[in-house]
Amino acid sequence: MSENTTEEQGAAPSRRKVIGWGGAGLALGAAAAGGAVALTRDGDHTAPVADSGGAVPFHGPHQAGIATAVQDRLHFASFDVKTKDRDELIQLLKDWTRAAERMTAGAEVGEGAYGGLPEAPPDDTGEALGLKPSRLTLTIGFGPSLFDGRFGLKDKRPGALVELPKFPGDNLDPARSGGDICVQACADDPQVAVHAIRNLARIGFGKVAVRWSQLGFGKTSSTTPDAQTPRNLFGFKDGTRNIAGTETDRLAKHVWVSGKDAEGAAAWMDGGSYLVARRIRMNVETWDRTPLSEQEDIFGRDKKEGAPVGKAKEHDEPFLKAMKPDSHVRLAHPDSNNGATILRRGYSFTDGTDGLGRLDAGLFFLAYMKDVRTGFIPVQTSLAKNDALNEYTQHVGSALFAVPPGVRDKDDWWGRALFA
Amino acid sequence: MRAVRLSVVTAAATAAALTAVTGCAEKSDSKASDDAITVVAKDDSCEVSKKEFPAGHVKLAVENRGSKITEVYALFPDDRIVAERENIGPGTKATITAEFKAGDYVIACKPGMKGDGIRQTVKATGGKAAAKRSPEMDAAVAAYRQYVQAQADETLPKVKVFTDAVRAGDVEAAKKAYAESRIGWERTEPVAESFGDIDPKVDVREDGLEDGQDPAKDWTGWHRLEKALWQDKKIGDREKQLADLLDKDLADWQKRVGKAEITPTSMANGAKELLDEVATGKVTGEEERYSHTDLVDFKANVEGAQKSFDLLKPVASKNDPKLVAELDKQFAALNALLDKYRTDKSGYVFTSYEKVGKAERKELSDGVNALAEPLSKLAAAVVK
Repeated sequence: MSENTTEEQGAAPSRRKVIGWGGAGLALGAAAAGGAVALTRDGDHTAPVADSGGAVPFHGPHQAGIATAVQDRLHFASFDVKTKDRDELIQLLKDWTRAAERMTAGAEVGEGAYGGLPEAPPDDTGEALGLKPSRLTLTIGFGPSLFDGRFGLKDKRPGALVELPKFPGDNLDPARSGGDICVQACADDPQVAVHAIRNLARIGFGKVAVRWSQLGFGKTSSTTPDAQTPRNLFGFKDGTRNIAGTETDRLAKHVWVSGKDAEGAAAWMDGGSYLVARRIRMNVETWDRTPLSEQEDIFGRDKKEGAPVGKAKEHDEPFLKAMKPDSHVRLAHPDSNNGATILRRGYSFTDGTDGLGRLDAGLFFLAYMKDVRTGFIPVQTSLAKNDALNEYTQHVGSALFAVPPGVRDKDDWWGRALFA
Repeated sequence: MRAVRLSVVTAAATAAALTAVTGCAEKSDSKASDDAITVVAKDDSCEVSKKEFPAGHVKLAVENRGSKITEVYALFPDDRIVAERENIGPGTKATITAEFKAGDYVIACKPGMKGDGIRQTVKATGGKAAAKRSPEMDAAVAAYRQYVQAQADETLPKVKVFTDAVRAGDVEAAKKAYAESRIGWERTEPVAESFGDIDPKVDVREDGLEDGQDPAKDWTGWHRLEKALWQDKKIGDREKQLADLLDKDLADWQKRVGKAEITPTSMANGAKELLDEVATGKVTGEEERYSHTDLVDFKANVEGAQKSFDLLKPVASKNDPKLVAELDKQFAALNALLDKYRTDKSGYVFTSYEKVGKAERKELSDGVNALAEPLSKLAAAVVK
């Protein structure tokens, strides 16, 4: 995608002209026929939610899938690198990049899904045939374990790629945590997102193996703060104050890594970001038995409008002191965390039931930031200790990745600067 | 191998065997579609428009005029499947294409998709010679045929050690001989399965029985005895009968295995299928759920796949040397991984799969994926 904009849509470039945007208070339903388009009501971050079928440009200074308007669906996969051969890993990253270029443009992998040798399995698995690009973005990240010395990357490990501390209440399953490489696939069509991860995994067999993966639906935050902030599985609006993909200044301040930044910054991360992924199990059954007033106190917002305590509208500036000291919004707010601000991109998930008849569901939290040491870690430290919501949630998976800058052109590849 | 999957696997193996020929025939036979043979399926009849036709690429135009959903098979006289089409609804049409060499065949319609079907004998006459193969390919096929026969020949005495122990009522001796008696079978499973009827007699698991089959009566073969030895821990009259039956069915296998349809592509895809067997049955521990000797089968499946690969290597190396190098590497890696589970590398005593932890199973599964993915490209490298 191009720098700092989220509205680019390869397949529908003139939509904004057709609609005429920036008008005050206008909101077209996201289900408008012929490609969902919604406009923000706030002139500062006006951005159409985009043609849900269109293509998001793959090349650019930053990877797509971070500031891009959040798509409806997610397939996230974390891989262990199995090969011990640095060159083989590099070749895989090149192969993946070429496949990602094709898939994000709505094309098939390699020679396609049919028409090849009848004796051989086709290069592309075929389930996305006939589907639109669906705004597929593929975003790669490198975990701390990749820098353990196997590939001569020890000296390249950025200072910000720390091991996350153990937060109180964490109940992390190693089989749902960590990983050498992650790929985040977001698309408006779940089949397109699943197809992308499946084909990358297939290309990777022998070189990498899937360690864990997560499907997500019902985006729980928005990077286009649009008319309707999405709700999480507790029924509350979430992400009201999220960073918009069009807010160049806030993105530069809080999300994109810049060479001149912090101590231990790595030049190869210039234009990249850091991604925290947490699988947060929600005890929806007990939550659903909680009185409305208590639910609202826990969040610090009302359930219908999403307005902060004592205010009328969702986007009204919260008055933190009016909220209970252990309310979620108060504790998570930048003002309670020395201004720490992160870009959230999480999704709801449900993986069926858990064997005890309870919904195995929750929030697959994804957040991008310039530095986890000043972003996620202080906020989560405070939340893990004090948040009233903790009674209803448990963090069961965790991972951190350094997300390199974007792929510039057809000769560039994911991680080139890291392996240079 | 479970019986429910049988027809699918058999068809796949046969189709793989046929496609090599079909691919060539299609290009040279432009009028193949002009003279389709029609098959009119009704609830009580199966009318085939021509009882005799020239060998080659043949198209069957099927029409279901009955009231039940049906399926139509083209079979070799010994019931091996040449081609099939399932789920043909009432009032609908379907086409089946296949390569028929000169010889006798059976066309069967199965109204309600049950039973042996309503059968017609047909004959393919004169016709084309099979596609010409390179001497290297012929040598690979001939060597593999010998291998398959040798595996059957060597297996029978090992099975007899096992069945003798069962007949003697010696539980411990039978347990000891069990896994080893299966190695030759597991090495050549896709070929054995291509006969269709032997596999469900000797290698079916209880959950592979079809609806209406009675486990007490209809469940036979190795896994039935496995359950008796490890779970029930006793040998009765029925088990002794089953031991006799296993000898008999495997003798049948030994007799027929040499006549199996084998082509370079069926060898290549058979190798991949052996890895599929590992991936679906052994890695999960389902195959040997009582004896937990899954790793012995695992090793045998890999050995059988490696045999096919080694024999096809001269051809594949010319067409795709990179693939061959990758396969060499991945076979070595998987074998090294398996070696961690046995102390004597010349023997077949492996760690009980019960003792193989979750993380170790994941590692084995990753190893299988690493090999099976490039192995799925071997057939293309052979015919390229």
